[in-house]
Amino acid sequence: MLELRGVTAGYGQFTALWDVSLRVNRGEAVAVVGPNGAGKTTLLRVISGVIAPRTGDLVFEGESLGGQPAHRVVAHGIAHVPEGRRLFPGLTVAENLKMGAFLPAARRGYRESLERVYALFPVLAERSGQRAGSLSGGEQQMLAIGRALMSRPKLILFDEPSMGLAPVMVLRLFDLIRRVREEGYTILVVEQNVRQVLKLVDRAYLLEVGRIRMEGRADELSEQDFVRKAYVGL
Amino acid sequence: MPRALALAALAGVAVAPFVPMGGMRQYVLHVIIQIFIWSFIGQAWSLMGRFGLVSLGHGAFLGVGAYTTTLLWNAYGLTPWLGVLVAVALAVGLALVVAYPCSRFGIVGHYFGLVTLAVGEVVRLLIIAERDWTGGSLGLTLRAPETAASLFAVQYADKRVFYYVALAAWLGGLWVWHRLDRSMARSAMEAIGEDETAAASVGIHVTRFKLGITALSAALTAFGGVLYAQYITYVNPETLAGIGVSLRIVFAVVLGGMYSLLGPTVGTAITIALAEYLRVVFGLRFIGMAETIYGLLLVLFIIFLPAGIWGSLRHALRRRRRGEAAAAA
Amino acid sequence: MIDPVFLAEAAVNGLLLGGVLALLALGLNLIFGVLDIVWIAYVDLVMVCMYVVYFLVMVYGWPVWLAGLAGLAAGAVIGVAVHWLIITPILTSPPVNQLLATGGLLFFVQSFATFLWTTDHRSVRISLPSLEVAGMFLSFARLLAFALAILAMLGLYLFLTRTFIGTAIRAVAQDRGAMALMGASPQRIYTVTSAVGGAMAGAAAVLLSIQYSVHPHFGAAFGPITFMICVLGGLGNMVGAFLAAFILSEIISVGGVIWSTEMGYVIAFALFIVMMFVRPGGLLARRER
Repeated sequence: MLELRGVTAGYGQFTALWDVSLRVNRGEAVAVVGPNGAGKTTLLRVISGVIAPRTGDLVFEGESLGGQPAHRVVAHGIAHVPEGRRLFPGLTVAENLKMGAFLPAARRGYRESLERVYALFPVLAERSGQRAGSLSGGEQQMLAIGRALMSRPKLILFDEPSMGLAPVMVLRLFDLIRRVREEGYTILVVEQNVRQVLKLVDRAYLLEVGRIRMEGRADELSEQDFVRKAYVGL
Repeated sequence: MPRALALAALAGVAVAPFVPMGGMRQYVLHVIIQIFIWSFIGQAWSLMGRFGLVSLGHGAFLGVGAYTTTLLWNAYGLTPWLGVLVAVALAVGLALVVAYPCSRFGIVGHYFGLVTLAVGEVVRLLIIAERDWTGGSLGLTLRAPETAASLFAVQYADKRVFYYVALAAWLGGLWVWHRLDRSMARSAMEAIGEDETAAASVGIHVTRFKLGITALSAALTAFGGVLYAQYITYVNPETLAGIGVSLRIVFAVVLGGMYSLLGPTVGTAITIALAEYLRVVFGLRFIGMAETIYGLLLVLFIIFLPAGIWGSLRHALRRRRRGEAAAAA
Repeated sequence: MIDPVFLAEAAVNGLLLGGVLALLALGLNLIFGVLDIVWIAYVDLVMVCMYVVYFLVMVYGWPVWLAGLAGLAAGAVIGVAVHWLIITPILTSPPVNQLLATGGLLFFVQSFATFLWTTDHRSVRISLPSLEVAGMFLSFARLLAFALAILAMLGLYLFLTRTFIGTAIRAVAQDRGAMALMGASPQRIYTVTSAVGGAMAGAAAVLLSIQYSVHPHFGAAFGPITFMICVLGGLGNMVGAFLAAFILSEIISVGGVIWSTEMGYVIAFALFIVMMFVRPGGLLARRER
């Protein structure tokens, strides 16, 4: 469904990704793990169109997306749950969700999408009139995911979802992502928390200093392999 | 700039008033004096502007400066030599009153610009409001002294004296800019301009620096206002306060290049020359057309030449020199 | 001692004027909230719309209400034009350049208007009665303008809260990048915002046309107070601007009767300085970035 071929990208003089290739097949859950500064956020920014790749290409469902601006990438069916969630703090839960369905195609059926999100996350239904800025961390994460679902995406990108959450919350969070996955969405998760994310996904890539170092099925890769390679460097 | 060229230029400027010019001398000197004075003012503005403190209300300091000395002389016969001290003190006071809360609470960028704009306009309105003793919109003429040339009153019939006064002021302004550029304050202000929190965390006293720069800028601007008042011997709230003059100052500096020593001078020279040219071309026909073209050109310059004329020139020259060096290597 | 009826009249007039000024301040704030740019030439754009209304009514004989709608439309068109021609090229420029661009526009608009239409004051001559209420003489024009201003602001409120694009505009003001991730083209949102901001200028122009005469330096009369309102209310803060509009126009109206109009401004400014020390973010808390 999604394929990166030899993508090199960066900011100004600085190159963050070197010749990165990966693929996500329909219905799969894939993770990209790596330590801080590995280039994970840059990778997601390239996919969601915030920055353009210098070389290489980005193909989604057969169509090349390289260089398209962020708002068009969404129209192709990729939703991005950004790092830090980036909710609209002054808008209510319902309004935040509504904004998720901004695309014309999503807007037409937005009430139906809203029902589905509320069914998946009943807490949001309870708090639909509450300002997003006043929600708890876990509720905000649910809202961020729900908002991404409103655009009726085919692929959902999660950018460091466990960032800033307490360990208990992290477990609940990955539970949520699992539920989303069970609804049939294809998922790409970028994470630092290797142990938890490997329990969730089918395959994983290790990104280190801008390059893919390792790749494999989650159940084959013992978590020690990855941890050793990425964090200890052996 | 190569030293020989600079010295030659300086020599030329020094003897200019004595060069034969046909009947044009008064006019040429008048224009050059204005260039010197407004360059000096622009330089003062750029002390703040180059560090991100974009003030759109420097007309306030001009007005306070010019009106203080004029009123003190007209009403009490206080020599401008002392009047200027009062003028500068008042301007600095106003600057600190506005700058302190802005600095303490991080009001920067557009917000700061808007605040300063309001300050400039209010000074203008205050002058108009107190028309009984300021003359309001009609302005105020500086009372003539008993003799045509008076050091006490700082008024001279001969433009050439003012030429040298303005020249001295202009050179003084360049010197202040140069000293500041080489000082610790410059590095501190650049750090503040880039990231205030980081600067504060390494021990830079952000508020003190910001206030210091603002006070210096206000003081010099007020001094420029006093010079202008003494030269033109007439003050008026439209020409010396308010958004019009404030914007003109900023335009001239940005047009010339805010970050270089001669940028404000180049920009001021160009804008004054342009204004004079347009005035000559249009004269009294098509009232407003000269200003319209002026405004249009300025907008176009901002969009297409953001580094200013002098700044863009220097970039181009530097790139060419680098290119030659690379080719030679 | 000033006749209390005069004072009351001034107070009411201040309230009525405040309504129209609030429109102006809200328009400026809307654009700033979304684009982070202050349109220094905003009140001069109002002036242009007032000329549109003037010419339609006095030269082409349109009925006032129709000319009013045209004025509103003109405002929206001007807003979009300013955004496309001047704002878009400098969206990523440093603040000083952005301020100078809209400042340059002010010069251009004022002098071009002087060139085209001279400095003569022009007034839309419609005679509306004066009402006498409890000894005060109130102009019907002012009351009408106030009522329409309130309606316009209500319309703006509904637009911002009940429509998709309106909510998107509020969202962008809170987090510019996130809205792009939802498929909203930033340029489209900016254009709509500029159109709405321009329309508000147009609306204010129409309402001011029935009270004041227009001339090229109209911006010099109403500009300063609009800026002071925005700063007093906290730049970007819609509710603050609304309140500040009434507070400042009251001070100027009542102060104008007791001393002089300009003195009213000075008092308003003194208040503003005090507020800067006490609550530097404006009347209400500063907007979240």
